[in-house]
Amino acid sequence: MPVISYIDAISRGLREEMERDSSVFLLGEDIGEYGGAFKVTKGFLDHFGSDRVVDTVLAESAILGAATGAALVGMRPVAEMQFADFVTCGFNQLVNNSASMHYRWNLPVPMVVRLPSGAGIHGGPFHSRNPEAWFFHQPGLKLVAPSTPYDAKGLIKAAIRDSNPVLYFEHKRLYRHIKGEVPDGDYVVEIGKGDIKHHGNDISVITYGSTVHPAIEAAEILEKQDGVSTEVVDLRTLMPLDKELILSSVRRTGKVLIVHEDTLTGGIGGEIAALIAEHAFESLDAPIKRLGAIDTPTPFAPTLEEYFLPNKEKILTALRKLAAY
Amino acid sequence: MSTAVKSKNTRAVLAKRTDSAKQHLSDAELLRLFYFMRLTREFEESIITLYRQGKIIGGAFSGNGNEATAVGSAFCLKKEDYLFPMHRDLGAHLVKGQTVRNLMLQHLGRANSPARGRDGTGHYADASLRIYGNISHLAAMIPVATGVALASKLRNERSVVMTYIGDGGSSVGDFHESLAMCSVMKLPLVLIVENNQFAYSTPITKQFIVERISDRAIGYGIPGFTIDGTDINEVVAVCAQAVDRARRGEGPTLIESVTMRMHGHSVNDGAEYVPKKLLDEWKKKDPLMKIEKLLMDKKILTPAIRSDFEKKISAELQEAVNDALESSYPPAEDAASEVYAE
Repeated sequence: MPVISYIDAISRGLREEMERDSSVFLLGEDIGEYGGAFKVTKGFLDHFGSDRVVDTVLAESAILGAATGAALVGMRPVAEMQFADFVTCGFNQLVNNSASMHYRWNLPVPMVVRLPSGAGIHGGPFHSRNPEAWFFHQPGLKLVAPSTPYDAKGLIKAAIRDSNPVLYFEHKRLYRHIKGEVPDGDYVVEIGKGDIKHHGNDISVITYGSTVHPAIEAAEILEKQDGVSTEVVDLRTLMPLDKELILSSVRRTGKVLIVHEDTLTGGIGGEIAALIAEHAFESLDAPIKRLGAIDTPTPFAPTLEEYFLPNKEKILTALRKLAAY
Repeated sequence: MSTAVKSKNTRAVLAKRTDSAKQHLSDAELLRLFYFMRLTREFEESIITLYRQGKIIGGAFSGNGNEATAVGSAFCLKKEDYLFPMHRDLGAHLVKGQTVRNLMLQHLGRANSPARGRDGTGHYADASLRIYGNISHLAAMIPVATGVALASKLRNERSVVMTYIGDGGSSVGDFHESLAMCSVMKLPLVLIVENNQFAYSTPITKQFIVERISDRAIGYGIPGFTIDGTDINEVVAVCAQAVDRARRGEGPTLIESVTMRMHGHSVNDGAEYVPKKLLDEWKKKDPLMKIEKLLMDKKILTPAIRSDFEKKISAELQEAVNDALESSYPPAEDAASEVYAE
């Protein structure tokens, strides 16, 4: 099976869906001739033409509103936010228009919003956000956050085929750092299904997106050095959560660490902790532990950003505390 | 200075077009427009009565003073065109084909209403009629309408999208973002600003300092017109021009329709802040009075036809009210369903 990068997997998924379904089109800033700020859509304009790859004015609310409108009348738009941070400029469109239309009008809104998100690229406060928790609180939206090239391609395809607004969080640091096996042909990763990325019996790590990778590394170190067996559950989809997978893992291991790159307070980890406390309390052998970025804006200087973010060492420390409990 | 010159030019063009288009409305069309304006006013009066009787909950809005704008603008649309009306555009729903019955059910939040009790008033969509109601965040539907216009262009459908905003809503960023996008892409959108002098209690003097809201069109390189929103001929003439331009693929038009909000923002607002003198002036320009006089003078409308219309409207409204009152609210457990499409 070919080994490709995370960013190429997204591009291939997009390209295959555009080939498959003529109602799929892209819109966003600098996505055409320039190929997008990260070059996800490089070459798309030449191949598909300007009716399928639509360069827009710099106006996030208009982009997200226009995607909503086009979806309402049967197209399948994929809107790109140049950086996930900028989605705040179109927040109202997503939470009040896109999210509520099916509930209120019984009309599908099959749109995808691509959100290049995350820190660790020295982007500072306004090019590093992980804004998923804001949207997690909004019924009517689906949220996916792939961690591997395989999932990235499978989830972009599933998101495009879904009849609901899907927010696709693609992590910028994974774009060219992470490579993996990706089949050439068509496949989807079902929305709503998590995946065990590392099997284990003693502790569960529930995570998604960029922190899946340091969690796996920490699990391997812990296994070698401490003889503790850690399971890494990659949620892949944040809404709807794969509750069964989370609970079955925790019930088996009895100890759980929840990790995300987003800041801790009000992050999705809180909801996962509540879910476990409500439904798997009797299986727990230790208090639920959470790890996220510290509650500050994303700082710029490398020393500060490193302190800010969760990483392999912090995960390892947390896991050792849990193991010793 | 160039702005003022451009405005004068715009007005000159407008006057010419109005004159030529005035001849295009047939007697039958004028009667039809009158009927829908009358129906709109009667419908809204019955809504206010039902609200005062406690039979309508939440809020109730009146477009009194706006009937010519709402009816005349949507009258210019074809079946394949899209309508994104606002809360003072009940007449636009009706002239685009929505039934009195459905609109009444909608106001009463019944299970068999278009929005199935999930939202009230004009906040419904009817895809079969290509009507998509607004949300309460003013101007937020303009980007959505823009997206429908984009879809129309990408699919080469030649369908036109008409939407509305108020004088207050024209201050919202979505107004600007949408016009920026529509103008550059030449999207088939007609945006009508209903300048009815007040945004809730805020007078237009605190909302903008341009002479006319349509002056803003210059900033987008698109045509902008200011029209007398109480004059059905002028509304139809200018909106028809804008719709034609959109259909030809030449892009959007901004139309400022000057009207007066004759009632408060909602039924709960006594609007004591509106000077009585202003209301008295506008009463003389009541759009219904004006169209009625026009039709009587032209002998198109006779007392017999008017009486016939009144009976028909009264009967239709009564039947719709009875039907809505007899209809049930949705079952409670419906609340949890259909958040997501399958």
